[in-house]
Amino acid sequence: MKQVTKTFGKVIANDHVNLVLNKGEILSILGENGSGKTTLMNMLSGIYFPDEGHIYVNGQEVMIRSPKDSFALGIGMIHQHFKLVPILTAAENIVLGLPQKGKMNMKQIENDIQELVTRYGFDMNPSEKIYDMSVSQKQTVEIVKVLYRGAQILILDEPTAVLTPQETEKLFDVLRNMKKDGKSIIIITHKLNEVLEISDRVSVLRKGTYIGTVDTKDATVSSLTEMMVGQKVSLDIHRSDPVNPQKRLEVKDVTCRNKEGTVVLDHASFYANSGEILGIAGISGSGQKELLESIAGLQDMETGEIRYITPDGKDADLNQLTASEISDLGIHLSFVPEDRLGMGLVGSMDLTDNMMLRSYRNGRGITADRKAPRELAQKVVDELEVVTPSLSTPVRRLSGGNVQKVLVGREISASPTVLMVAYPVRGLDINSSYTIYNLMSDEKDRGVAVICVGEDLDVLLELCDRILVLQSGRVSGIVDARSSNKEELGLMMTGDYKKEDAVNE
Amino acid sequence: MNNKEPFVRMTKRTTITRKEAILIRALAVVLSLIVCALVIVSMTHQNPMQVYGGIIKGAVGSNRRLWVTIRETMVLLLISIGLTPAFKMQFWNIGAEGQVLVGGLASAALMIYCGNSMSGGALLVLMFLASIAAGLVWGFIPAFFKAKYNTNETLFTLMMNYVAMQLVTFAIIFWENPAGSNTVGIINSSSRKGWFPSIAGNPYLLNVIIVLGFTCLCYYYMKYSKHGYEIAVVGESQNTARYAGINVKRVIIRTMMISGGICGLAGAIIVGGASHTISTSTANGRGFTAIIVAWMAHFNPFVMILISGFLVFMQQGAIQVATQFGLNENASEIITGIILFFLIGCEFFINYKLEFRKKSREVA
Repeated sequence: MKQVTKTFGKVIANDHVNLVLNKGEILSILGENGSGKTTLMNMLSGIYFPDEGHIYVNGQEVMIRSPKDSFALGIGMIHQHFKLVPILTAAENIVLGLPQKGKMNMKQIENDIQELVTRYGFDMNPSEKIYDMSVSQKQTVEIVKVLYRGAQILILDEPTAVLTPQETEKLFDVLRNMKKDGKSIIIITHKLNEVLEISDRVSVLRKGTYIGTVDTKDATVSSLTEMMVGQKVSLDIHRSDPVNPQKRLEVKDVTCRNKEGTVVLDHASFYANSGEILGIAGISGSGQKELLESIAGLQDMETGEIRYITPDGKDADLNQLTASEISDLGIHLSFVPEDRLGMGLVGSMDLTDNMMLRSYRNGRGITADRKAPRELAQKVVDELEVVTPSLSTPVRRLSGGNVQKVLVGREISASPTVLMVAYPVRGLDINSSYTIYNLMSDEKDRGVAVICVGEDLDVLLELCDRILVLQSGRVSGIVDARSSNKEELGLMMTGDYKKEDAVNE
Repeated sequence: MNNKEPFVRMTKRTTITRKEAILIRALAVVLSLIVCALVIVSMTHQNPMQVYGGIIKGAVGSNRRLWVTIRETMVLLLISIGLTPAFKMQFWNIGAEGQVLVGGLASAALMIYCGNSMSGGALLVLMFLASIAAGLVWGFIPAFFKAKYNTNETLFTLMMNYVAMQLVTFAIIFWENPAGSNTVGIINSSSRKGWFPSIAGNPYLLNVIIVLGFTCLCYYYMKYSKHGYEIAVVGESQNTARYAGINVKRVIIRTMMISGGICGLAGAIIVGGASHTISTSTANGRGFTAIIVAWMAHFNPFVMILISGFLVFMQQGAIQVATQFGLNENASEIITGIILFFLIGCEFFINYKLEFRKKSREVA
């Protein structure tokens, strides 16, 4: 790709970007959120058309006008969100949409797929239905799909975001096999350790511009961070020892079902202390959301009780209280769900109106007070360096990181006694991530009981005091973050972990 | 493989100035009038300018016609105002028709049964209250089932329209005047009890005062009140609303009661302030037309004044055109349709912009 530019309105998503992918290599594209990685790849896969610049494949200049053109050139993209039909089998999904005359020979197709699967060392059964598969198996289906269609160039958009450390290892093995076979692979990610582990070269984007490409063997975590951010950043999370921890929240035997009636939280019990950060780890969808929501009074529980012990030693049974009463007690949920604006913020409303989501009832009369929220919005914008055209911009227009800052800023501003956050830094750039981590540490030092659902195990291990691991709705264990490690957490996240093993070791 | 750059691509606009947006809309109106003219010429061989003139004459050509246009505008506007809170909450209330009818029915009943026993002023106040109450009940029923059992409000409110119509048909049996006509006739035509009084010599000024009052109230309610804020949050995301501690069920029921109540009041204004009778066609489809008005105004009550005014203008003009040129009344419907098509279609150009191939770039 040479001098490729793409603009959306006034926003320049890619500004004269150059990129070279060699045959048989793995290239990482690294950049913070909003740096234009995905946009660039979408131009390769035919979803967007570049405003300027040229794209060459095997030395020939090409015009990629649609995903079909992209396929014809042997480019296959694996998106973050899978596009599979759950009631069909893997093989059926793979051939779906392929032009074929006459009768389909499913047997033959399955054999062909099986051959691909064994060649690259995938773990997949072509005749299994999608709805029976785990997330990593679904991802496998997506990869096999583009391979089956003859892709020579594979683009993977944040493939490891949904995987456990063990599954990530497996994926990387497969990718190495494909590399040996002469396939070229582009992998988009922002996890630096993975970049160093898997790729041959790294190209870095920053705010839509191309910064440069380095050989992975010459790169380190800090040199890559510097390229991404443009300045040296300290990657230390300040972690103090808990001072005078007191039991603040006790969760006993909580079971919840989701709308479909499946058990999503299975007899979960734990407690959270003041002045401590309790991390919650687990593959996404293991019950984290339900756990936090039941504490916040947003989720009906089948069994169990949740007790809140106030700083002056009184007891409150949260089961009896409504969401707003729980919030009045100082228990705050700053939930950052999968679709950032689904809960916690109202996308079409501006910053001021979002600030008052919790507090709009304050004051007498039927008119809602907008003066205090406006001041608060201004304060959050100033202190957390939120980039916004104005306070009256709908939050939907802000970038993901700024949305997050608005949300977390609002929750912290209410001086909670229990602060629950889920994926607090998802989509944030490195600097802001560390701002948020340190904000949480500050809250902990103030004696707040912080509960943090996270996905980056390295960070959880550095940030938290204790880590609770969820596995399909069950608490598979609580470990001391200072002495535990990634492998142990990874095992606890999948089903292979037995408590006895840990004791015997 | 075709090696040319795509001929045209669309991209989403991130920002658009108010001026540009107004310009696009103005252009849409001009274009639509040109298309209308072409249609008129090709179908009727009439001079389109004359037809346009006829429409204007019919709608505002005399003092009486002007006031009829204003009166009808006010009714349509009030129904649109009534729909606004519900639609803002993303509660698809297509039952305004029925809410207007039961409101009108309540007013008519009071005029018939209490016309002789009460003073005109007291009767009017009672009519307002009764109509609001009737519409409120009609709004409450679907909202209750939506909140409690999550029933589909679109079907429910639609069905409530037919129930209201049957109620009116049933009432007409008792109120028939003269007997055998199967209509109610003008109620209290001699005593004028329950009729809106003339203000400053104008019979429809009270309608205007009430409706514009509600327009301002609605604007304030939606934009500045706590309730308005709750409605906006619930409409955007019920999850967020629950998270903020808003009682979603209560907001749904309360808002629909307000919505239905205002539509019910529109029924009182039709019966007491305009037609002085009741029939199954008292609402006359305005409960549906109001949906278009509310949406096109993006729920801004003041913009609704313009849009409802325009639609009524075209309708009133149609009557004139029909007699003057021997055209069917539907001619005006066609014109309205074309103009609406352009106005709604131009929203696309406000949200997106098209980029044409600059020069033909080819690849060897």
